[in-house]
Amino acid sequence: MPISDAPQTQSQRRPPLLEFNDVNTYYGELHVLKGVNYRVGDGEIVCLLGGNASGKSTTMKTILGIVRPKSGVVTYAGKPIDRLPTAERVRRGIAPVPEARRLFPRMTVLENLEMGAFTRTDTDEIEADKERVFGLFPRVKERLTQLAGTLSGGEQQMVAMGRALMARPKLLCMDEPSMGLSPAFVEQVFDIIQAINKQGTSIFMVEQNANMALSIADYGYVLQTGEVVLQGSAQSLRDNEMVQQAYLGEMKAQ
Amino acid sequence: MESWEILLQQVINGVSLGAMYALLALGFTMVYGIIELINFAHFNIFMVGSFIAMWVMQLMGFTGQSHVLYGLPLTAMLVFVLCVTMVATGVLGALIERFGLRALRGVSGTAPMITTIGLSYILFNVILLGAGADTKNYSNPMPNIRWEFGDAVLHLRELILWGVSLVLMLALHYFVRRTKMGKAMQATAQDQEAARMVGVDVDRVVIITFFIGSALAGAAGVIFGLYYNYTNFGIGYTAGLRAFTAAVLGGIGNIPGAMLGGVLIGLIESLGGQYLAVRWTDVIIFSILVLVLVFRPTGLLGRASPTKS
Repeated sequence: MPISDAPQTQSQRRPPLLEFNDVNTYYGELHVLKGVNYRVGDGEIVCLLGGNASGKSTTMKTILGIVRPKSGVVTYAGKPIDRLPTAERVRRGIAPVPEARRLFPRMTVLENLEMGAFTRTDTDEIEADKERVFGLFPRVKERLTQLAGTLSGGEQQMVAMGRALMARPKLLCMDEPSMGLSPAFVEQVFDIIQAINKQGTSIFMVEQNANMALSIADYGYVLQTGEVVLQGSAQSLRDNEMVQQAYLGEMKAQ
Repeated sequence: MESWEILLQQVINGVSLGAMYALLALGFTMVYGIIELINFAHFNIFMVGSFIAMWVMQLMGFTGQSHVLYGLPLTAMLVFVLCVTMVATGVLGALIERFGLRALRGVSGTAPMITTIGLSYILFNVILLGAGADTKNYSNPMPNIRWEFGDAVLHLRELILWGVSLVLMLALHYFVRRTKMGKAMQATAQDQEAARMVGVDVDRVVIITFFIGSALAGAAGVIFGLYYNYTNFGIGYTAGLRAFTAAVLGGIGNIPGAMLGGVLIGLIESLGGQYLAVRWTDVIIFSILVLVLVFRPTGLLGRASPTKS
């Protein structure tokens, strides 16, 4: 049974940084997102759960402007951003950590980090953010001159997160941060996500690893074939029977 | 001529040709590196460049071989002609991208490539109809200073052309490696969507790539005119195909590869012409193209390191 957003939980949430209002996205004829509504409060960690082909990645692409919604409004920091090109969205503080990392394989780790700050011109602040990234990811600092394509999956994930942070984002959009990582690494990545959030960055995260995602999130949405079938606080989702069966149980069985 | 003198002379000739092919190959390779498109209009942008330089020199009062300059005036004039030509062909390339090709970006299949062939024919015919089919005598203000090594001769003009080519290639290398736009180009070449996600304006990167590639083709056109002392509407085809082979030989998409490939093709042309026969030059060069495509499609330098993870 879908549980609707209880009024008291919604009012306890922070003011919205990102909102989807009845968004419909198509790939050609294929109706991928069917009138979805999301809300990411300022300073929150929000996770989006769902199986394959549920529209999770399309949600990410819609936020970044790689695909455009056919109808509905995406609002960021109080303004509709549907017509803005990706570069402008990045400039306004939305930074992605894409699925499968998508580092620039023939650039060094340092160059990848610097590309993250591509839209910025404040040289001193960029240096300061580099140090901040090294603080979060000591491993990245050891690998600065290595080509990104030669790194292990976990190291690539760290560089991808570091690259996104170099944009000094208000909103970090993470697509499957745990994908392809060893369990030990997954835990480390989620610890760091939490640390980044505590430094003031809001996080919108698409994740298959529901257990991990819900353990750090404030709020969650469950997406099924393009529709939000369930939403609520992370705690309420963990207690929800359907989520337990469809996502958490699955994790335990593995 | 002793055999070593012949060899030395042909190496000098080969490097001169190679310097030109390398400049021309860079345009192919840069555009391919960014949007995986073979731009056949590039052939005739080179040809148009040689005409523009000729007209600029004529407007400045240089005709035929009668006006010879030395020292600073020569330098100033060459720099001026090069700059005007490169800006003009660069703008031409950018216009071709903006109005001829951008609408086709992301269209799969051969449509964009076929379009570049069509655009190439438009340039070809505009020059043919506008300037006529006859071969034009190229004004050449360079003095006939020469150094002799036995019977082998090195002309000042060759040294100048090598220098021009080298300076342009170093400038390009610096631009791609060190500047922000250069980094954006590398990023776009390696992963276009990821480049977009860090805020790179990919449309801008593509049009600037066309501008730079076409400007280098313009410079190659100037070099052609000053080296051979003529131009006509048909020069794009042969030189363009050889430069394309150079780009493939070096590894299409690879900038140092295009430079290496250009010089190698120049040497193969001159040495092959000397030791086999001039009429076999094209056979040799295009056999190399076929062999590279069959046995080493990534070219000599290929991709410098691991591909996408």
